[in-house]
Amino acid sequence: MSELTLGKPEAQSSGLAATLKHARYIIGENPVTGFAFGLFVLIVIAAVLGPHIVPYDPLASDTAVSLKPPSRAHWFGTDQLGRDVFSRVVSATRLDFIIAVFSVVLVFLMGGLAGVAAGFFGGWTDRIVSRIADTIMAFPLFVLAMGIVAALGNTVQNIILATAIVNFPLYARIARTEANVRREAGFVQAARLAGNGEFRILLGHILPNIMPIMIVQMSLTMGYAILNAAGLSFIGLGVRPPDAEWGIMVAEGAAFMVSGEWWVALFPGLALMIAVFCFNLLGDGLRDIVDPQRRT
Amino acid sequence: MLTVILKRLLVAIPSLIGVVIVTFLLTRALPGDPAAYFAGPAATKEAIQEIRVKLGLDKSLPQQFVRYVRDLAHGDLGQSLTTGQPVVTEIRNRLPASAELTLLGLIVSVAIALPLGIFAATKPNSWIDHTCRIVTTAGVSLPVFFTGLILVYVFYYLLGWAPAPLGRIDVFFSPPPSVTGFYLIDSLIAGDLSTFRAALSQIFLPALTLGIFSLAPIARMTRASMLAVLASDFVRTARASGLTTFTVVVTYAFRNAMLPVITTLGMVFSFLLGANVLVEKVFAWPGIGSYAVEALISSDFAPVQGFVLTMAIMYVLLNLLIDLLYGVIDPRVRLEA
Amino acid sequence: MSITDAPHISNAPPALPLLDIKNLTVEFSTRRGIVQAVKNINVEVAKGETLAIVGESGSGKSVTSFAVMRILDRAGRIAEGSVMFSGIDVRAADDDQMRDLRGREMSMIFQNPRAALNPIRKVGVQIEDVLRQHAQVDSSALTDKAIEILDQVRIARPRERYHAYPFELSGGMCQRVVIALALACKPQLLIADEPTTGLDVTTQKTVMDLVTELTRQQGMSTILITHDLGLAAVYCDRVVVMEKGHVVETALSSTIFKAPSHPYTRKLMRATPRPGVTLRDLLPEDSAEAKKAPATVKSGNGHAAPAVATTPLLVIEKLVKEYPRQGMTTSLSKLFRRGPAPEPEIFRAVDGISFTVNRGESVGLVGESGCGKSTTSTMVMRLIDKSDGLIQFDGEDIGAIPAKQFATLPLRKRIQMVFQDPTDSLNPRYTAARAIADPILRLGDISGRNAIRARCEELALQVGLPVEFLDRFPHQLSGGQKARVGIARAIALHPDLIILDEPTAALDVSVQAVVLNLLQDLKDTLGMSYLFVSHDLNVVRLLCDRVIVMKQGKIVEQGPTERVLFAPEAQYTRDLLDAIPHPTV
Repeated sequence: MSELTLGKPEAQSSGLAATLKHARYIIGENPVTGFAFGLFVLIVIAAVLGPHIVPYDPLASDTAVSLKPPSRAHWFGTDQLGRDVFSRVVSATRLDFIIAVFSVVLVFLMGGLAGVAAGFFGGWTDRIVSRIADTIMAFPLFVLAMGIVAALGNTVQNIILATAIVNFPLYARIARTEANVRREAGFVQAARLAGNGEFRILLGHILPNIMPIMIVQMSLTMGYAILNAAGLSFIGLGVRPPDAEWGIMVAEGAAFMVSGEWWVALFPGLALMIAVFCFNLLGDGLRDIVDPQRRT
Repeated sequence: MLTVILKRLLVAIPSLIGVVIVTFLLTRALPGDPAAYFAGPAATKEAIQEIRVKLGLDKSLPQQFVRYVRDLAHGDLGQSLTTGQPVVTEIRNRLPASAELTLLGLIVSVAIALPLGIFAATKPNSWIDHTCRIVTTAGVSLPVFFTGLILVYVFYYLLGWAPAPLGRIDVFFSPPPSVTGFYLIDSLIAGDLSTFRAALSQIFLPALTLGIFSLAPIARMTRASMLAVLASDFVRTARASGLTTFTVVVTYAFRNAMLPVITTLGMVFSFLLGANVLVEKVFAWPGIGSYAVEALISSDFAPVQGFVLTMAIMYVLLNLLIDLLYGVIDPRVRLEA
Repeated sequence: MSITDAPHISNAPPALPLLDIKNLTVEFSTRRGIVQAVKNINVEVAKGETLAIVGESGSGKSVTSFAVMRILDRAGRIAEGSVMFSGIDVRAADDDQMRDLRGREMSMIFQNPRAALNPIRKVGVQIEDVLRQHAQVDSSALTDKAIEILDQVRIARPRERYHAYPFELSGGMCQRVVIALALACKPQLLIADEPTTGLDVTTQKTVMDLVTELTRQQGMSTILITHDLGLAAVYCDRVVVMEKGHVVETALSSTIFKAPSHPYTRKLMRATPRPGVTLRDLLPEDSAEAKKAPATVKSGNGHAAPAVATTPLLVIEKLVKEYPRQGMTTSLSKLFRRGPAPEPEIFRAVDGISFTVNRGESVGLVGESGCGKSTTSTMVMRLIDKSDGLIQFDGEDIGAIPAKQFATLPLRKRIQMVFQDPTDSLNPRYTAARAIADPILRLGDISGRNAIRARCEELALQVGLPVEFLDRFPHQLSGGQKARVGIARAIALHPDLIILDEPTAALDVSVQAVVLNLLQDLKDTLGMSYLFVSHDLNVVRLLCDRVIVMKQGKIVEQGPTERVLFAPEAQYTRDLLDAIPHPTV
């Protein structure tokens, strides 16, 4: 349907400016992405400054005010030990954010690079990487994460590791496919003719072209990583009380839901939801920005 | 077709071997002394040594593996420390509860997601399309245990429409005579409508929770693949041949659009089986998920291991089923054998 | 070609036209606002007439046909004008009425036939769907009718093929099925939208002959939408030329090529490679390129005085490339293969070919898809390893060096390549300058930022790429500009041999004319040898001293271009030549 791709590319602006312009366009057309970016900035601020700006010590209990509904003094109410839910929700941002960022970076380093190598080199590299990915994929991911944390021990590091491992196949596959379709692309052949060695082609030509897709994927997996970690803490793995973490706070509040003290579980749950929502929206928005289909 | 089934079965075998190896390695990766772990916190040195010999932990790793596989072949997954029951028995007893919940959850989500995705794709930018987009983005962001708790709060505490989130059936009812193990089906077989209603009211909220959770990926994929197929050349040919909108959308577009959706089902099952654990905890559902969670809390590792293995085997089998379903629809897969 | 001398539209009675397009404007709402793809055009098609709509990409020719069928996609709409089809106002008709018209009264065949068929539905059933929709036959007779129609479009063993899925049929076969779908209900108007793009010339000829025959038989009108003037001239009574949404000329095909009146038609006409013209003739009369045509051009003829030395630069002897046969390679499938007839496991893509390329010579390597010409060129290029045989370059046995090692050897500089798809062959994240500089950075003897930049600018100048375009990314360049970047990159290291792999296949004819001339000029100035891989004998003829014709991995004929083209020895060469449609000049 070449007939429908009308207008010539407006070739005046340089690459970066065009990208920015395109980004501005996307945000202009889709204010939701702008909103998600705003939220993201807020989450980062809460993660960095959180414990220093909250009104109460998130760990300080005060049985005198236990299970009080939201009020002027306690915006999100208090829990069964009289701790301020608002302070706990805000300071929990840091831990959840750290888990998400580290596990995503870790899985990118493991899965993304292994996948690119598998797709580009093929042969044994491909067989080994694919075999590992297939084996991990044979498990329901959350169940495998449970098994890993249960076996390796109940720590935050192991939660990060488990989240990275269960996401390994996703990254490896995407990177593998993207590298594979480019392996015989004209520009890669041209790079060979220009005297580039295979490793240089992999790092200089293939990887930069795959990065946008991987970054989108990382943004989308951030949400999943937080959900995964929260799910694990909810069933008592990983983060342990009294540490503030959204999943465990919801777990602690779960018992009070049936007796009507909704605020103990609701606010950490909402925080969790908003954070995941933000990463997903951001990922979708980023996809629109890097997707050449939408960039005419 | 038979060759396809055989071929898929053969492809599933390496996955199963991988699953067995990984679960084996997970038990050996236990921090500290696995024997001490298995023996429980209160065990004496002698007891631990006894367990070490009993579990074969004094042997080399390959020997241990052979023993592990042999036990598996005999259906031996070890014993639970807390209940003293063989893990296999417990899992077998609890599996129908989990299966019933998961399947109903899947049915709920497919029943909502497919029509939603199809209508959204056939009418882009209509209200239904916007609904679909909101549902899919919000759906993947909802922590499943949180959805469950909200539903409990609204339907049990506030409205009082749902029973207390405590298990498969109200204490005043006795479970129907077991045929399939699924209360909904068994009560119908027994012709006991009141039990059916009781079971349904118990399973409704957890199934809905799972349904809401798995709705998003199915609806999202349905919408995307319908959009792609509707824009394809062969749909244009069909339209140019004057076929009715119904024929074009259902016979031509829908069947083709289902192919990626079926592939997505693999991922959805992975999510569902994982989410199952969380939902079972929220609703005190006596399935294998809550069994594993209880065992985790008491550091009872054999049930956890048995649970992981069972889930993985079920998942491999489900994927096999998905592959076969795919082959039924797509002649290209069928004929390549 | 007997088809050309058929009906004379002037003899037809001056009846109401079957299709009457008046002042048609089609708009698309895009992100850049409303774009008019078709602007106020008038086209008539008489009963039984065959009309061609010719134009380059973006001319609005396909959009026009979609508007006639009213199958524009959601973003498009008829903004103004009317389309009357045998008395029915297509623009005003309701959906049911349109549905009855489509497939029964007017139908359409598309480019890329494989994609035009439902991949998971038997082709026979797809034909039945159309028959049933338009209630052509009793439901009991549907299958027989579908098989009969398959037979009509010359599908061998139609009863068996009824049960075939599109992926089991070749491209040409699929196009026949699409034709069967379109003609199943004997419509009055057939619109063929680039029906042979992507098919080999011999397949193109059989498909076009079939369409012509069937439509003539049934007295149907046909609109042929094409970018190929030759095709239009051979198969159509009248030609409508479109440019950027406007109709610029409408004339009988017998006159339009002799006396094109509009400058655009003249330009298009000139740019089409055809017998009896030289490279320079392809350029517009008054174009900058033709004028600047410098000293490199000898006596106005592209390759009049070829100073071909007879020292061989490239010697190929008994070259073989084998591949394991696809699909059945795994041990698993071996396990399941029952019965006898084990196919040969090895497929010979290139089967013992020998040829030489001399210094300063251009050799054409011609054949249809799958003949092994690309495999040959990739082996010569040392991107893949040979299975057997000799590849000797300037006396050195380069075939013995593994492809992986070859990339970093100094020899690499001396053999370069221009790729088929200019878009695919440029790294989307590199600017034009960076792309051209890549070989210089790796293998060149120039260092230093400024020196390399200067060399890039020099190269850009040489290939006619404005220097300011050097800082653009591929998506900001046009097809022709990207082709120039690819050529600049190929000549950056002063190679001795350049392999041109269908370098103009993805370009419009007018751009092709310019690029071909550029290649000729560069060869004359720089004294390189070319190995020109192409499916198009007409194009090869313009640029090459010698031609090699390949079929199924073997060479069927080779010799000096003029001899092979005017006195072909092999039957296959004759078939190839016959299949190329030429406007009668």
